[in-house]
Amino acid sequence: MSQPAHLDAEPKRLLPDQRAEVALGALACAVLLFVALLIVFVFREAWPSFSHNGLAWFGSGGSVDRQIQAIFTSGDLKQESLYTFHAWPIVWGTLVITVGAVALSFVSALFVSVFIVEFAPNWMRRILEPVVRLLASVPSVIYGLVGVLVVVPFIAEHVITDGNRRSVAYIVSLSGYSLLAGVLILSVMIAPLMIAVFVDGLRVVPRGWLEGSLGLGINRWRTFWKIGVRAARPALVAGTVLATARALGETVMLAMVTGGVGFAPNPADGLIFFIEPTRPFAATILQTVEELSSPPMRDTIFAMAAVLLFSSALLSFAGWAAKQPMKRYGARG
Amino acid sequence: MGELSPPPIRKLPLSGDGARVVETPEPNGVPAPGLVSAARRKAVPPSSLAIERMRVEELSIAYGRKLAVDSVSLPIRQGEVLALIGPSGCGKTTLLRSLNRLTELTPSAYMRGSITLDGEDTLALDPTALRRRVTMVFQQPNPFPMSVFDNVAYVLREQASRRPRKRDLRDSVRQALTRAGLYDEVAADLDHPALRLSGGQQQRLCIARALAVDPEVLLLDEPCSALDPQSTQVIEDLIVQLREEVAVVIVTHNLQQAHRIADNVGFMYLGQLVEYGRAEQVFGAPREQRTKDYVSGAFG
Amino acid sequence: MKDSSASWRFSDRIGLAFAWFLGVLFLVVAGAIVVFMFVQGIRYIRPELFVTPPAAGFSESQTGGFLDPLLGTVIVAVLAMAMAFPIGVGVAVWLSEYGRPSALARATESTIEMLAGSPSIVFALFGTLLFASPALAFLSRTNDGVVYGRSFFAAAAMLSLIALPLIVANVREGLQAIPSHVREASYAVGKTKFATTRRVLLPAARPSLVTGAMLGVGRIIGDTAVIVVLLGATLRFNGVGGTPLLGTLRGTGSTLTTYVYSNAPTGESNQPTKAYAAAFVLMMMVLALNFAVDVAVRRQRRLGWGS
Repeated sequence: MSQPAHLDAEPKRLLPDQRAEVALGALACAVLLFVALLIVFVFREAWPSFSHNGLAWFGSGGSVDRQIQAIFTSGDLKQESLYTFHAWPIVWGTLVITVGAVALSFVSALFVSVFIVEFAPNWMRRILEPVVRLLASVPSVIYGLVGVLVVVPFIAEHVITDGNRRSVAYIVSLSGYSLLAGVLILSVMIAPLMIAVFVDGLRVVPRGWLEGSLGLGINRWRTFWKIGVRAARPALVAGTVLATARALGETVMLAMVTGGVGFAPNPADGLIFFIEPTRPFAATILQTVEELSSPPMRDTIFAMAAVLLFSSALLSFAGWAAKQPMKRYGARG
Repeated sequence: MGELSPPPIRKLPLSGDGARVVETPEPNGVPAPGLVSAARRKAVPPSSLAIERMRVEELSIAYGRKLAVDSVSLPIRQGEVLALIGPSGCGKTTLLRSLNRLTELTPSAYMRGSITLDGEDTLALDPTALRRRVTMVFQQPNPFPMSVFDNVAYVLREQASRRPRKRDLRDSVRQALTRAGLYDEVAADLDHPALRLSGGQQQRLCIARALAVDPEVLLLDEPCSALDPQSTQVIEDLIVQLREEVAVVIVTHNLQQAHRIADNVGFMYLGQLVEYGRAEQVFGAPREQRTKDYVSGAFG
Repeated sequence: MKDSSASWRFSDRIGLAFAWFLGVLFLVVAGAIVVFMFVQGIRYIRPELFVTPPAAGFSESQTGGFLDPLLGTVIVAVLAMAMAFPIGVGVAVWLSEYGRPSALARATESTIEMLAGSPSIVFALFGTLLFASPALAFLSRTNDGVVYGRSFFAAAAMLSLIALPLIVANVREGLQAIPSHVREASYAVGKTKFATTRRVLLPAARPSLVTGAMLGVGRIIGDTAVIVVLLGATLRFNGVGGTPLLGTLRGTGSTLTTYVYSNAPTGESNQPTKAYAAAFVLMMMVLALNFAVDVAVRRQRRLGWGS
């Protein structure tokens, strides 16, 4: 931001400039106000659902789908509105999908970024970078389409066996629409975001450090990993936060491939855990949004939105907090 | 050829009335025969024997079409400090970097001639292994973004084939820091972030790092050019001390510094080694006219 | 690099092999997705689809084409950009050139960042509240005194929130890349800050403006959630009132994204062939935008301020 000193000392304020500053400042304020309104209204609509259920909102108890149905119909029938909602299966589904996709993506993105910045031959680098950018801009509905038409049938035919189906037959049906499909495709979606940020961070590592390490007889691979990646840690955090926010907010693709049932995949089922269906928050909202007209349903949906909003704010804060200790040893922010 | 006491540190004015001639033993132009086997220098008692460690023969280095070093030959000996002097762009840094094959980081670099380390051709060695025996300290201090301890320990950890024990690490780190003359200043808090040390301390830390791996040759690329005079003196004393244990090659554009600490001097100009000899000879009675011009300040 | 990996420790070599493997895998997956969509798209795309409106039906021949969704995508992109661009540039200019008081500037930065990280479905939900209020009833249809709140206006307004952070970030970067001597030269001849910004800085930052706009458009046309919630999910345009353009904008409709969503096997219409064709068109639009951004960035680097 450039503030030439002599202008500030000008006794005569130039009117157009003053007007412009006030106008633009007002614009910024308007944006702030709008967002504040958004937050306030979302939480206000969400409040009844939270107040009725308390902390049990996040707990388990009964089938989430049936509860949703009950809430919806209670609004119609103009009787005592039902707010009972125990969202644990949705919470669990969201957690597992997000954490799984971010973990898978992080490892791949890190290796691919190191590869792009340091070890890939030039021709490969020239292909990989545009491809990463391309993947980042493909709309999620197309990922969903590919998922539904390719990944889900593949899982249904080649991964799920009849034995698997029988073992959980009374609880849930395994159709290929599953946690696995969601995690896999989501990883492919968020990896390019991470790679873009990681590559930027790795590229600005001061050459002096890398050269210094090479000059001490450490080979290129270790030099880059121990010094380069370490120096780029703030970028790693930033990229991960960005990708996690995206994963939390991914709506359409997950709605299409994860199965649309409010079911909490059960780790006790062993490997079948991965092929069980589920439905994370954003997808649930998308698939129940026609029911907004019913007041208790609307409050419940907004409650889910409030959880999402709060999580992404928490995520930004966590990212900021994670970067603080890194500044001590000199990693650039 | 051997002396009983370390050679005196010369602090002579360059020429003119104040010049004094110090009694030094007859310079022996014939270098000692190099060690045939790759015995570690620790087997050699720390005397002031000048042992040839590396030899450069008819070395030429070109970047693309530009010739940076032109047919240079000189020996590098443990027990002596070799200073490479010359104006900017004369190829002395390129020559230095070729000694540990850092020139290979530039894709267009092309080398001809030979460099041998203890009789072995450096090109035949694995570059990473070579760089552990011939380590380098750079012009701009570049401590890693870690603590003081980790900076030195990093090198030790990365080179060990098995994870070294913390106790062994601590001893090695302390030893390296002591050799670099830094231990007393940082012993209180080894976890101090390295980037918060002063410039001189950072550079000594870099020297400690370079010494941690027990190299045979230590290369220094204008190590004091970014430092204040006090730090410079500390490091110069350190370098002279170290030459008993490692062969030291220092590139410097500071003639007084070269005069203060060098045993042998190579003057380079436009890629050629114009003159090579004992320091008092190159500075006191240079053979070549160009050398005389440079040393007396006619051009820089 | 003559430093071959043959000398490295075994674990290091495995690491490099793994990096190679992932790099190649990445390319393969990306290639597979693009090629798959391309091949299927080519198979099912026909010129009639571009000009026929969609219709309710059961078989492929009955369900028409995707004219309305295609137009819908364009309308929504233009409308949302028309809202997001001026606001985005304004905020970016304020942050970069003015920015006092600094607390407000920091709050604005954090807010824009917050917008960037929030799910679009939350914006969509807020939109339902906002546009259902009587004050904004003119922007959509009203049924029996209940404001419907779903229209192109509503969808575009919330979509602009998605594009806003991208525009702000890019324009700000572009402005900050201009060295201060350019500004000083302008002030020195007596120009006000506003005039300088308008006449000197913004034109100089034009590549970033373009990049920001294109990235924003890319995000907008790729979004499905906001459209599903706020556009009313009617296959064809369902205008309100007589005025030709405004009527459509006040009404409901669909875009390519919702068209693909509903024609996928998981959607209501379930016409995979149509879904492929529409997805193909969408992909082509995205690819074209991507390519344009690449070209703009490369030009910007070449004509840049250097060091």
